[in-house]
Amino acid sequence: MTTVAEFAETPTAQTAIGTTGVSRFSGILSALRRSPAGFIGFLIVLLLVLITAIGPFFTPDVAPNVKEILLPAGSPGHLLGTDNEGKDVLIQMIDGGRSVIFIGFFAAAISTVVAIVLGSLAAYLGGKTDSAVVTAADVVLTVPQIVLLAVLGAMFRLDSPLLLSLLIGALSWPVLTRAVRSQVLSLKEREFVEAARLLDLGTIRVVFVEILPNMASFILMNFMIGVTNAIYQLVGLYLLGLAPLTGSNWGIMLNRAWIAGAIFNDASLAFILSPIVAIVLLLLGLVMMTRSLEEILNPRLRDR
Amino acid sequence: MTATETTPSAPAAARTPLMTLAGVSQVFDTKAGPIRAVDHANLSINPGEVLCLVGESGSGKTTAARMAAGLAKPSGGQVAFAGTDIWSMNRRDFSTFRRSVQYVHQDPYASLNPTRTIQQTLTAPLLKHGVVKGARAAAERAAELLTKVDLTPPENYLPKYPHQLSGGQRQRVAVARALTLDPKIIIADESTSMLDVSIRISVLAMLGRLRDELGVGFLFITHDLAIAKYFGWNGKTAVMYLGRIVEFGPTPDIINAPTHPYTRALIDAIPEPDPDLTKTKGTGSLRSLEIPSLAHLPPGCTFHPRCPLFEGGLCDLTVPELVEIRPGQSAACHVVARDGAEPVRPDEPAR
Repeated sequence: MTTVAEFAETPTAQTAIGTTGVSRFSGILSALRRSPAGFIGFLIVLLLVLITAIGPFFTPDVAPNVKEILLPAGSPGHLLGTDNEGKDVLIQMIDGGRSVIFIGFFAAAISTVVAIVLGSLAAYLGGKTDSAVVTAADVVLTVPQIVLLAVLGAMFRLDSPLLLSLLIGALSWPVLTRAVRSQVLSLKEREFVEAARLLDLGTIRVVFVEILPNMASFILMNFMIGVTNAIYQLVGLYLLGLAPLTGSNWGIMLNRAWIAGAIFNDASLAFILSPIVAIVLLLLGLVMMTRSLEEILNPRLRDR
Repeated sequence: MTATETTPSAPAAARTPLMTLAGVSQVFDTKAGPIRAVDHANLSINPGEVLCLVGESGSGKTTAARMAAGLAKPSGGQVAFAGTDIWSMNRRDFSTFRRSVQYVHQDPYASLNPTRTIQQTLTAPLLKHGVVKGARAAAERAAELLTKVDLTPPENYLPKYPHQLSGGQRQRVAVARALTLDPKIIIADESTSMLDVSIRISVLAMLGRLRDELGVGFLFITHDLAIAKYFGWNGKTAVMYLGRIVEFGPTPDIINAPTHPYTRALIDAIPEPDPDLTKTKGTGSLRSLEIPSLAHLPPGCTFHPRCPLFEGGLCDLTVPELVEIRPGQSAACHVVARDGAEPVRPDEPAR
């Protein structure tokens, strides 16, 4: 994102005067730690990302095993028990988070970038650009998404994570676009924007360097909310069986546990609860993390 | 307060005006009806000259300044820079105009981008327009500019964010930013009104030094005649009332020998440090202290409901034109134009 690049650009003078001599990284860390909730959220997300990214390299392959069907949690060798095919739940949990997290972040990144570019330019340029963007956003907003996804799921094989994130991203930009647009509409009347215009800095620079960093925390929070929404949509797709159930991830596990009626069996409680707990923990971590982002991105709060 | 430290800049009257506002008007359409914020104003600024625009709030000073800066398009009349109408300029000429006319806003807390360091704020225009080459040269130039506005040592200020500076320091940074592109005219819109008195004087002195050393022309907007006197002694002053220019002339004449009753009332309103003197001054001789609404301007001379010289059947019927009362000094007043500069005033305070 532009904002991050802008802050990183802070040149030589930073060291010349040595505000406190701390590097950017430790500055961010201390900002993170200032809000306990935010820091815990950051740790949860970090832990889940690390486990699901690195974990699969160390887990053995799981194969169906008729002798070990629906073992309860805490069974020897199977900490979270086994599923209705006798596969270890813990191993599936470790292996199954990667694509969920990837699709969540990538879809949110797509919709955020689209929303920033369209929303800010529409607000700043006004006129025809503005009405075109607003109309397009309204059209996408009025299309019932789950129905559209169902139709698309029936017509195409939505088995590539990339394709799924593109699809979810392409459907979720309008809300943030309108939010960004209204923020820029207010920010562009500020005097420092007027000053930048008087210095003839150019539209692109005024919008993306002068205006956008002022809403960096707003955008990043919306990005995090976008991640959670994308994960909800994805899991919803799997739960309804609209996306192909090949391979294994948290969404697919949830679907299989649901289909197999795992909620009716004491022994299979861990089978259906594990993916739910993982998803809830991830989303909780993301939402808690947003609390710290304000402190990192606002220079007023950062330097204290 | 004295203005002796300033020396007259080169005689500018002979040259063509750098900027002219010819009969410019700005009408805002509102639910309450059209509002004439500025009505047929004529102004010109010569290179290196100071033009003070004085008036109370709502008199159209800022609207006039925004039109002069090209930030708002006049709904009537013409704003010309170096002889060309800015709104019919081609892109390149307009860009030259943009860079030649800079603006220092009133509120230094709003005019600096809170997410950019002082260095980023100052170097952006330098690099964008190729004033200097490379980040190092830009940083050096930014330091030079900070020294020019008395922020020394500059390396203390370059890495700071606006929220780490005081109001006076921020306003100096805003001035430094206005200087980045070597402007011909700086429009200072109440630039010192939000500063403490002591800081105000030092910022004014700094602006005065820039005016004399760099030969920058100023359109200096203020509601405070004392500041106009201090800063614009060698220049001209225009007094605005409800969107119209009611008096125009060299600043010393406006201050020492005002002709328009409104200007006189303004001068009378300046508080005297001596309480006895203030008592004898009275409240001026205004018939009313109420400022008419811009949406419902009185007919004829807009000042007539308040004017001590009001004559029924004359002032409330026709709008007075600016006419020369004394050489170089003109006023828009029927009575003064007829009776001369010193008409008898009902309760002239002893001076």
